[in-house]
Amino acid sequence: MVLGLALAGWLSARSRAWALRANSGSRLASLPNYHGWYVGLWIFVPTIIFVFIWDAISPNLVIQSVLASPAADGLPAIDSARLDALREARAVASGALASTTNPDALPMVAPFSDALSQYRWIGIALTVIIAGAAGAWSYLRVKPDFGARTRVERVIMAMLILASLVAVFSTFGILASLIFETFRFFEMVSPIDFLFGTFWSPDPMANPDNPDPTRYGAIPLFWGTLLIGAVIAMIVAIPVGMMSAIYLTQYAHPRFRAWAKPALEILAGVPTVVYGYFAALTVAPMIRDIAMSVGIANASSESALAAGLVMGVMIIPFVSSMADDSIAAVPQAMRDGSLAMGATTSETIKQVLVPAALPGIVGGVMLAISRAIGETMIVVMAASTAANLSANPLDSMTTVTVQIVAMLTGEGSFDHPATLSAFALGFILFLVTLALNFVALSVVKRYREAYE
Amino acid sequence: MTVIHPNLEAVDPKMSAEGVSVYYGDKQAIKDVSIAIPAKYVTAFIGPSGCGKSTFLRALNRMNDTIPSARVEGQIELDGEDIYSNKMDVVQLRARVGMVFQKPNPFPKSIYDNIAYGPRIHGIFEQKGDLDGIVESSLRRAGLWDEVKDRLNDPGTALSGGQQQRLCIARAIAVDPEVILMDEPCSALDPIATAKIEELIAELSSRYAIVIVTHSMQQAARVSDRTAFFHLGEIVEYGRTSDIFTNPIEQRTKDYITGRYG
Repeated sequence: MVLGLALAGWLSARSRAWALRANSGSRLASLPNYHGWYVGLWIFVPTIIFVFIWDAISPNLVIQSVLASPAADGLPAIDSARLDALREARAVASGALASTTNPDALPMVAPFSDALSQYRWIGIALTVIIAGAAGAWSYLRVKPDFGARTRVERVIMAMLILASLVAVFSTFGILASLIFETFRFFEMVSPIDFLFGTFWSPDPMANPDNPDPTRYGAIPLFWGTLLIGAVIAMIVAIPVGMMSAIYLTQYAHPRFRAWAKPALEILAGVPTVVYGYFAALTVAPMIRDIAMSVGIANASSESALAAGLVMGVMIIPFVSSMADDSIAAVPQAMRDGSLAMGATTSETIKQVLVPAALPGIVGGVMLAISRAIGETMIVVMAASTAANLSANPLDSMTTVTVQIVAMLTGEGSFDHPATLSAFALGFILFLVTLALNFVALSVVKRYREAYE
Repeated sequence: MTVIHPNLEAVDPKMSAEGVSVYYGDKQAIKDVSIAIPAKYVTAFIGPSGCGKSTFLRALNRMNDTIPSARVEGQIELDGEDIYSNKMDVVQLRARVGMVFQKPNPFPKSIYDNIAYGPRIHGIFEQKGDLDGIVESSLRRAGLWDEVKDRLNDPGTALSGGQQQRLCIARAIAVDPEVILMDEPCSALDPIATAKIEELIAELSSRYAIVIVTHSMQQAARVSDRTAFFHLGEIVEYGRTSDIFTNPIEQRTKDYITGRYG
């Protein structure tokens, strides 16, 4: 309805502006369309704000008027029974329920439906009045020399600002809720036990009021995350990503590059669950078989190595794409200078291009690490939930993200320290990736300034 | 057709080009250019923008190889050897024919490592002490030693524009080339830095054959012994610098040096 009113305002203002232009024969300061938008926005924005406010306050007004009616005297005195009766009467009155079973609610149905329809009409009337007033006021301002264009521009800017604030505020909201739950956890288990303990085995069935802090040592999780995400994955991703970037920027034919670079970037869009299948069904059994064949008897089918390798493959496009961009951003003059000294292409790459692009490459690697550390699906599917503190990559290991999933989907109640530990883990993970991103972005930024 | 000024004395050429044409894809940038470049002289290429002088300069040490669409026809010889033949190693060629670019392009390394770059690549030193000697003598010859001797470990990019360009010249002479190609080496520099580079060119010409591309006719007149005037991909006139500027034969040369176009 509001949209219809706004559309009417838009059309009428536009036609008025056209008419003005035809009559005066002079140029308008703004195109008729802008006058249309101006009036349309003036109708739409205040009215929609009113509709939201009305939705929020009218239920209370309805209740008040119902309570004021004589039928309300028959209601039970106990608060909860009273509220039940009111709720049921309201449901019947608005048509959500066919009939009432609560004898107290029955006499309230009639006043409720009266009040509901009364307030609905008041609401509609107020909406129309507000829309009409705003529309009339703005409509009267449609004149040849009126700068509707700049005003509409300002409204658009305000909308864009609003949109960008959504992301910022939701980040703060997420952080706030994390911090809150984390503190609740730390009230039950001390941060020192959590951060420095080496045994992780929360028991969701244990008495929640008296958790055993020795079972909440997160070191094995941090270790598993580090080994899988930052060590094994990077051993795969950094050399492969770098070499593919070097090939693509320096040796590949432009036509091949135009085809291969987007293809590589598409790899980054493959859902991580798919990688997870690959890790769990193909890579992990293969690694176990290889380990058995070289004589390691107790090789696990859920090894850190499998998860890390597949994660490394997943990260390749990130490393490669950042390295590619930063190598391509090294000025051609630098390359020419080296080649003109009689250096070969590979000497030029090794001695000039890669050192010059290093900050960008480091930034890319850091972003990739933070991505790998936060990655869930691959490790959920390929690594295990057993928290081992082991240097052997063939052992099964678990990561922070896997444990967050395990704890939140476990049987424990929401108030249980085992469940709350997920928030503490998430908070730590958030801090670590935030720090990594921050460092990476500042490194990349400094590097960009170096050449401009 | 190139007009050779009659006063031009014949000397043994260090480099010579015979019927050279350069194409970028289908576009012909250089048309049938022939020229002899003598040792221990400064040869200037002048001409309006887009006349092909830089393209021809880059053909002299095969820098056009780095542009995929570029193609060179004709014959260019260094000491009588065809530089485009299969027997010529482009790495060796570029060590013998060095190049200095329009914009100073020091590597993102220390001053010392910038100079040591070429000697290290080509292995033209026996031990560390030799390398120090090469760095010092190159910087001295480029007139930069006194300014940077206390901060050889500072990054090359921290120097001023003129110092950077002299660093690039020092870097080029560190591998002891026979020919130095300079592509508008002063176009990004202020007049004082330009004067220093011009002085340096005059000194270096006692050891090397120098070819300089320049937009500035005054610069060509100041620093060069011989001048070739390029127009639309051809050398219109080639002769002693004094003859080209005071007594040109071709009408196009006259028009250009009197500022009629360009």
